[in-house]
This record gives sequence, structure tokens and C-alpha cells, in this order.
Amino acid sequence: MTQTFSSTGRDSFVGTPRSRIDGPAKVTGLAKYAGEFSAPDLLHGYVVSGIVAKGRIRSIDTSAAEAVPGVVKVLTHENRPRTAWLNYNYQDQVAPPGAPFRALYDDKILYSGQPVALVVAEDFDTARHAATLVKVDYEAEAPSVDLTKVGDFAYDPPMKRNGIKPPPKPWGDADAVFDTAAVKVREQYTLATEHHNPMEPHASTVIVEEDGTYTVYDKIQGVSNSQGYLANVFGLKKDEVRVLNPYLGGGFGSGLRPQYQLFLAMLAARDLGRSVRVALTRDQMWTFSFRPEAIQTISLGADRDGTLQALRHDALAPTSQFEDYQEVVVNWSGILYKCDNVALTYKLAKLDTFTPADMRAPGAVTGVFAIETAMDELAYATGQDPIQLRLKNYTQRDQTQEDKPFGSKELRACFEQGAERFGWAKRDPEPRSMREGRELVGWGVATGIWESMMMQTSAHAILTADGRLEVGNSTGDIGTGTYTILTQIAADTLGLPMEAVTTKLGDTRLPEAPIAGGSWTAASSGTAVMKACRDVGEQVFRLARQMDDSPLANVDFERVAFADGHIVVADDATRRVALVDVMRAAGVERLEATGQAAPDKDFNSQYEAYTHSAIFAEVKIDEELGQVRLTRIVSAIAAGKILNPKTARSQILGGVVMGIGAALEEESLMDTTLGRFMNHNLGEYHVPVNADIHDIQVIFVDEEDRANPLGVKGLGEIGTVGTAAAIANAVFHATGKRIRHLPITVDKIIG
Amino acid sequence: MNRFDYVRAGTVAEAVQAFAGADSARFIAGGTNLIDLMKYDVERPGRLIDITRLPLGEIAEHDGGLRIGALATNATVAYDDRVRARYPLLADAILAGASAQLRNAASTGGNLLQRTRCYYFYDTATPCNKRQPGSGCPAIGGVNRIHAIFGTSEHCIATHPSDMCVALAALEATVQVSGPEGERSIPFAEFHRLPGDAPEKDTNLRPGEIIVSVDLPDQDFSRHYTYLKLRDRLSYAFALVSVAAALELDGDAVKTARLALGGVAHKPWRNTEAEALLQGKPATRESFQAAADLIVAEAKPQQGNAFKVELARRAIVRGLEQAAAGTPQSVTDKRIQ
Repeated sequence: MTQTFSSTGRDSFVGTPRSRIDGPAKVTGLAKYAGEFSAPDLLHGYVVSGIVAKGRIRSIDTSAAEAVPGVVKVLTHENRPRTAWLNYNYQDQVAPPGAPFRALYDDKILYSGQPVALVVAEDFDTARHAATLVKVDYEAEAPSVDLTKVGDFAYDPPMKRNGIKPPPKPWGDADAVFDTAAVKVREQYTLATEHHNPMEPHASTVIVEEDGTYTVYDKIQGVSNSQGYLANVFGLKKDEVRVLNPYLGGGFGSGLRPQYQLFLAMLAARDLGRSVRVALTRDQMWTFSFRPEAIQTISLGADRDGTLQALRHDALAPTSQFEDYQEVVVNWSGILYKCDNVALTYKLAKLDTFTPADMRAPGAVTGVFAIETAMDELAYATGQDPIQLRLKNYTQRDQTQEDKPFGSKELRACFEQGAERFGWAKRDPEPRSMREGRELVGWGVATGIWESMMMQTSAHAILTADGRLEVGNSTGDIGTGTYTILTQIAADTLGLPMEAVTTKLGDTRLPEAPIAGGSWTAASSGTAVMKACRDVGEQVFRLARQMDDSPLANVDFERVAFADGHIVVADDATRRVALVDVMRAAGVERLEATGQAAPDKDFNSQYEAYTHSAIFAEVKIDEELGQVRLTRIVSAIAAGKILNPKTARSQILGGVVMGIGAALEEESLMDTTLGRFMNHNLGEYHVPVNADIHDIQVIFVDEEDRANPLGVKGLGEIGTVGTAAAIANAVFHATGKRIRHLPITVDKIIG
Repeated sequence: MNRFDYVRAGTVAEAVQAFAGADSARFIAGGTNLIDLMKYDVERPGRLIDITRLPLGEIAEHDGGLRIGALATNATVAYDDRVRARYPLLADAILAGASAQLRNAASTGGNLLQRTRCYYFYDTATPCNKRQPGSGCPAIGGVNRIHAIFGTSEHCIATHPSDMCVALAALEATVQVSGPEGERSIPFAEFHRLPGDAPEKDTNLRPGEIIVSVDLPDQDFSRHYTYLKLRDRLSYAFALVSVAAALELDGDAVKTARLALGGVAHKPWRNTEAEALLQGKPATRESFQAAADLIVAEAKPQQGNAFKVELARRAIVRGLEQAAAGTPQSVTDKRIQ
């Protein structure tokens, strides 16, 4: 590696497998989550969830609830304190265009499960009991919740969501060329609504401090988002609201936006002048964010040898009545394959639901399932190996972005190494040709892709005279290993053992960093920490040169390395001085610096940056009884430098399992009459259990990338993308049955 | 969850007595279902009568069969050597359900009394005739993928969720109960009800009656049996369709057949005509298909669960094949034999 992340480019910890440093705290219960923090006289809020999907509240009778001993107040739209007036104040960092939902705002019902009251009591059990006594009289209207029935009302969102690239303008003439193509595939693909369902349900604890300021523990993927939201909505100064979230029990995107329990907890705390916690139940996890379903049509026109001549990808996705949620669904088709005639469209239709939200690899899970299943169909239509077809249409340039080259793209290596590990060469391409006992065996492959992003991020580093280093910023470790990789980077940059480094995250008093999402945290916070540490290193170096008889006399900073707690002259290891000795000699107690990371404008003007993967799946299917066993996955990933192969592998494993869920199990079932998701618990909304998961192998291929000094691209989402297509393609190979609608359940296999 | 009184009974008589004085009392043993339902505000007992101290945890020899105390946990029953040797169908059915933690807590009597997993029953925001008689059944015409195809009524299409009960139905167990009017025995087939016009009643237990034991008769289905459970994931999910099959063979011919289905009706579903049809027939796929066809001919599916009819037909055939071959479905290896 020529790219350096420490003064010498020597890896001690970076690049090596390290157990997560927050692991012991988590498995011993020492790690506290947002709903576990407490305060003297803490009040407990329990949300009363609405039962109709559209209409208005005629009246609310809270008298029976308020009569329960221990109930302090029942907040409704009729008695709530005033909050900010303009929509602008409710728009958080990742809000889509529109008017964000405001809990207890007025009598209007916008979706089923909408919070209609907050019962605040001295203890949780009392609040929960009293909540059942709140009587709400609704004037209900018939909701519109069926995406298949609103296609006529589809529209191009007039305001684009910040950070989400709209579909590019079409190039060539996709329709005309498709019509005359030698081989055509045109099919519709759908996938189900999914809810994030992290292990930790959403909760917020708002603590009123003696000086009237607030300390807030919020389940959020980035505390700065909650702080800004609370300040704007409640008219507070930022220094009056400190938000913390040291640990997150999974987010998957559900914690990107401040959710209504935060608003309600602060509303009650402001109203009552007391500390309040609001924790949602598992069922209430179905009353906000979800991955939207989509209806997609892919049209592929190709030569007989499979060379793509025309590609259309049209998607219809739902949003709420009040916001235009947008994600990148169709662009992937134009990015993945070289084609001269391409049209990509993405339209929305409004439904009477909450606003959808980013869910692990938002848009990519959706769009890549469609294009990668369609490519498998084209492989069969042209009688060639699905990998060969993909390599035939391989591209080193992003046609959706003015044909800019990719900064790095080792997808070819992913296919090669993945195929080798999986044993792809032994595959008989004929559907239904492979059997094992009663079971049909199927092997499928698909590509995964995700954007590699960096965000404006700061971080600090503080070196103290005892030789300890603290680094940190306000971003969250959402279970990904951020604490660990930042510790590795900091330790390497200043040549300290990892044990000498303390990494602090998830506190608005730390330097500002964005929410943890988009797979940008490793690149962004990693770079900022590295820069802060380098700055501290330079400060130590300057002090060292000023020492009497300094062993570093006449040495440039470029010539020194940091190792074993020392500054060492790179080509003369005998010339060295301990960091603690430098600080002692200089009489300095602490040295600190703030590092800034930002996207490299120069690089971005020349290159496009993506992570890629090749996913191989093996299924064994009892065709008669419709039982699918997913026995093997190989996921080969090209994501630049891997900071920690252990936590990186865990990231991919988790992503793959989520992809398996999307492929085979996860589906929020909507009652279209009631406008309500019905299987709102983990007994009936199925996520994979141990018996569903077998051999998952992860390969990281070598990839050198220069988008940031670390060479890192991010791993949070890529494991999920394409997994469902690989599985659906394996199901086709096993059974000869093409299933284009996720999840692939028993009924679809036997139907 | 409402506020409730809590009393602990030391004897069966005390438990029955405690019930008599309270409106809407509920007995609680493992609580694996009741507590959930209370959290959902579906059950609102005024009094909980804790029966976990009653001496009903034993499994004992009885009349050539076994008497399973109502408080024997599901795990205790499933791993009991006598049950495994003589009633392996029951052991396998229990292990096909829930999780180790739940089986460690759930009692035999409670398993019989667990309530449906119908989405609407669990959601107090929606009407449900079982939860609130007369309010309607939105599952009909709604989301009914998991619902019943046999024995439904216009008032309710819910299923009974138990795996254990499917085996107990096939084994023709007897339920011993004690109540204000003394003790009585209820044949398993008569224990659970079809919904009819009173779906709020899951069973024929009378108010205040408590299950004392479940008795297994002297019989020999230990060689040719299976519990085949089909579901939306490979573990920890309720059955879409399950089959408890038990055969006695005379050479290649069926001497006795027992067949019960789970996940398809308001109670474990038996069709004694189909069992009779098999009697004396060769133990072949053809015979099994005839029996399966007879059973599913009665099916009345909804729009969302029509697949269950064909799935049930195929599962019956496969279950009988497994039983006849003496290769019961493995509980741990999810590959279907």
C-alpha cells in the first residue's frame, strides 16, 4: 500500500482482525441504551397509537386515564404545548422534501398507528395501563394503501431529496432499440414492505438538569440530528440540549431520523418540567419507518450473444401523503452495465401510510434485485453463463454520471474469487438438473453495488502526559465496529497500543459528525480521526525537536514514524524518544487537535466511487412441499482497504442475513381495508433464525482506492445488496420456476 | 395491561375455589401466552390464580398408558424417556414448536389453552369476534395467509396454534379436568371447539374448570409415526400446515391409521373417514393420496390461504409416507425426509 494512514504507512492494527472493544460492555450488560438511562423522579410516557388510517379525531376522553393514581398527565393534540410553526423546523438532516410528521399536532389522522396521546405516569406499568383507558372517537375515511391501485396517480417528485441522485436523463433510444432487439426480457418485479426491527426498540430519555438544560439519550444513528431537531422544534439553543447515544441496539436506517418518541419525550419534559422517558413497544415499531415496496419493470434488449443494446428500468414506489421520500432505485441498472440505449424512471405515489425510510442499502436492495434477476433471465434467454453475461456487459465507466471512470472497481476479481470459492465451474446450468436426495439444488449469482461516500466530519484527538490518547466525535457506533476501527486508526497513527486509546462517540459535546448511515462512517470519521492524530503527532514532534540533545535534531516530520509509544527516525531506529518523555520535558499536560474530513472534490470531479460484490447462493428445495433451505452463500466484496477483517466480516454476515430475510421471509402484511400492517410482531413478521442460516463465506478482494487517505470505501450496506437476486436466481436454477416477487415463500414455490 | 389481583393456590380445590369468587379470573402456569395477551390488552383478567405450586407436574404410568400432569413443562414431556420410547410422536411435535426457553416454561395444560395467533385477535385496534363477540371478522377478506381452511364459520377463521395438541389428537388422549362440579374426562377430539357462532370459546372447558392431566392410552405408534411441520421459516414459526401421522402396519397393509392436521383449523383437524379409508389398504403413495384427497375435499380456503389446500394434501401424503417407512421427520435436521 502506498496510501498512508500513519506517518510511515506501517500497519500495526489497521488491517488486522480485532475483536470489538465495546463487546465486553455489551455482553455483560454494562452498555446502556437510550431507554435504560434514568434520572430521579423520572416519568414514563406510554404512547396511545391510533387505530384508523385516515380521517380525524372527533374527540378524546382522557378522564378515566387521568383518574388512575400515578398518572401525571395525558397529552393530546388538544392540550399539547406549542412547538415551532414552520415545517422547516421539523426537517432533520435526512428529511425528504415535505411536511414532516408532527405527533399530537392536530385532529387529522394520517396513518394507522399514528400516536394520538401520550400518557405520562410515575411508572411504566401505570402509564401502560392508563393508556388502555384513553377513549378516542374517530371519524374514519377509507384509506388508500394499495400501491397496485395508484399507478395512475404516479408522479415525478418535484423536489428532489438532498443527497439522492434522481434518475439520469435517458441516453440513446431504449424503446426503439428494445423493439427490434434479437433477444428481449421484459418482466415486472416486486418486493414486500419491510420494517427495520432492530433488537432495541426506539426509546428516548429526556433528563431535565438543574440548570434547566436537557440531557437526552435517544435511539438515533447520529446525535447531532436529534440535537438539531430538538433545538429547532422546541426553540432551544443547541447548548441547552445535549444528546447522547453511546450504543445502539441496531438501527438499519430506522434511527437516521429523530422519531416521534423523541418529540413526545421532550414535549412532556417541557410541559411538566420533569425528566421523561418514552419507549416504544415492539408493535409500535410498525408505526413509523419502513422499506417501501416497489413495482418495477425491467426491459432488456440484447444481441444473441447477450450484448446489451437497450435497457429500461421503471420503478413505482410509495410515499406518504406528507413527504416525498426518495431513494436511488433505478440508477443502479445504468451504473452496472454498459449500454448505449438506456431509460431509467422512478415515480412516486402517495399512500395513507407513514413516510418510508432508508433501510440498509435503501433503493439498492430494491433496484438491484430487479436488474440482477432480469440479467439472470437474459443469461438463460441467450444460453450463456450468468457470470459471462455480466462480464460481457462490464463497464469501467459510470454512464449515469457523464461516463466518468470508477475510482476503482474490482468486481471482476469478486466474480473470479467468489466463483472459485463457491465451485461455480461445477454448475450444470440446466434448471432442475442438480439434485440431492429429494431436494432440488440450485446455484445462483448476482452482483451487488453501493455508493462509496464521504461526509464532512470532524474528530478530535487528545494526548495526555500519561501517554493516553482520546479520540472521538459525535457519530454513532450502530453496532458496526466504529469504536474499534477508530481505536485502531488512532493507535497506529500515534504508534500507541490500542489499550492506550479511548474512543468516545455519540455525544453532541464531541466534535460534530454526521449520522452513521450510507456506509460513510469508516471513511469519514476514520479520516478525521487520523488527521486529528497526525496533527497531535506533529505537535509532539515539534516539542521533541525542541528538547535538549533531541534525538530528532535536524529531522523532518516526513522522516519520522510513530511506534511503540515513541517517535522514531524512520531510517535510524536508534534515534527515538518516548511521547511521554517529550511531554514531560516540555511541561505539557495535554496536546489536542481537531481533524476535518471532507469529500475530495478533485477526486470526485474525475471519478465515481462504488463498492461492488459478487454473491453466490445455493438453495436446496423440497419442491413438493415448497420448503427452501438456503445452504450456502459466498459474498465476495470489493470495498477498498479493509480496516478490520473481523468486524468487516461481521458487517457482511449481518448484511447477507438481512438479504436472506428480504429474499425468503420478511414481509409486512397490509390490510388494505383497514390500512394497517397486521403482522406487527416478531412472531408473525419473520426474520431469519439460526435454522435458516448455514454457511456464509466472505471474501474481501484487494482493491486500491484513492477517494480518501485511508483507501476505505465502507461496508455497512453492500452485504445486503444483490443477495436476494442471487437467491431468487438459485431458486430458478433449482426449480425452473422464476419468482419475481419477494419474499419467496412456500406458496410461491408450490403455486 | 390492566391491574389485577394475584392469588396463589396450594391445591386444586383451592384453585377452583379462588376462581369462583372472581370475575374474569385466569389460571396462570407458565404464562407464556397469557402474559403476552395481557400486555396486548387482549386478556384483562381481574384475578390471576397462580397454579404453579399445585402437585400436577408428574408423568406417571396410568392404565397401561401415561398420565401427564397438567403442570409438566413441555420440555419435561418432550425429553421424558417413557414419552420418547412409547409416544415419540408427542415428543417430536412438542420439539417442533416454540423455542427451548418457551418449552422450559410452558405447561402441558397451558399448551392446550393457548390462543390463536390470528393477527386481528392480537390487535385491539381491529374488530374480532373471538376477542369481542359480535364485532366482526376482518380476517375474512383481509390478511388471512395463516388462517383456517377447515371448519371455519362466517364469524371466525382462526387456527389453533399448538403443535403438541396435533399429536395429542392423533394419539386420542383424554383430558382430565376438575371444577366446581367435580372431575370429568374429556376425549381430546371434544376438548377444542370449532368457532361456529361462538368463536370466543376455544374449548369446552366450563368456567372454573382446571386441567389436571392429559392421559395417553395404551397403544403402539412408536414405530410408524411422524410430525411434519411446514412453516415460513425453518424454526420458531407457527405451522402453515402440520401433519401428525401414526400407523400400525400389518405387513405392507395399514392396520390402524391416525392423522391429525395443525395450522388449518380452529382445533387439531382429524378426519376419521380418511383414517377408516386407509384401514386395510396397502401402505402406498396411492392409498395416501386417496386419503389426502378425501380430507382436502372439505377445505374452504380464503383468498390469501388457498395454497394451504394443496400444501395440506401434499403434506398428508408425505407424512404418511414418512410414517409408513419408519423414517419420522427429524426435529433438528430441517431437510424433509
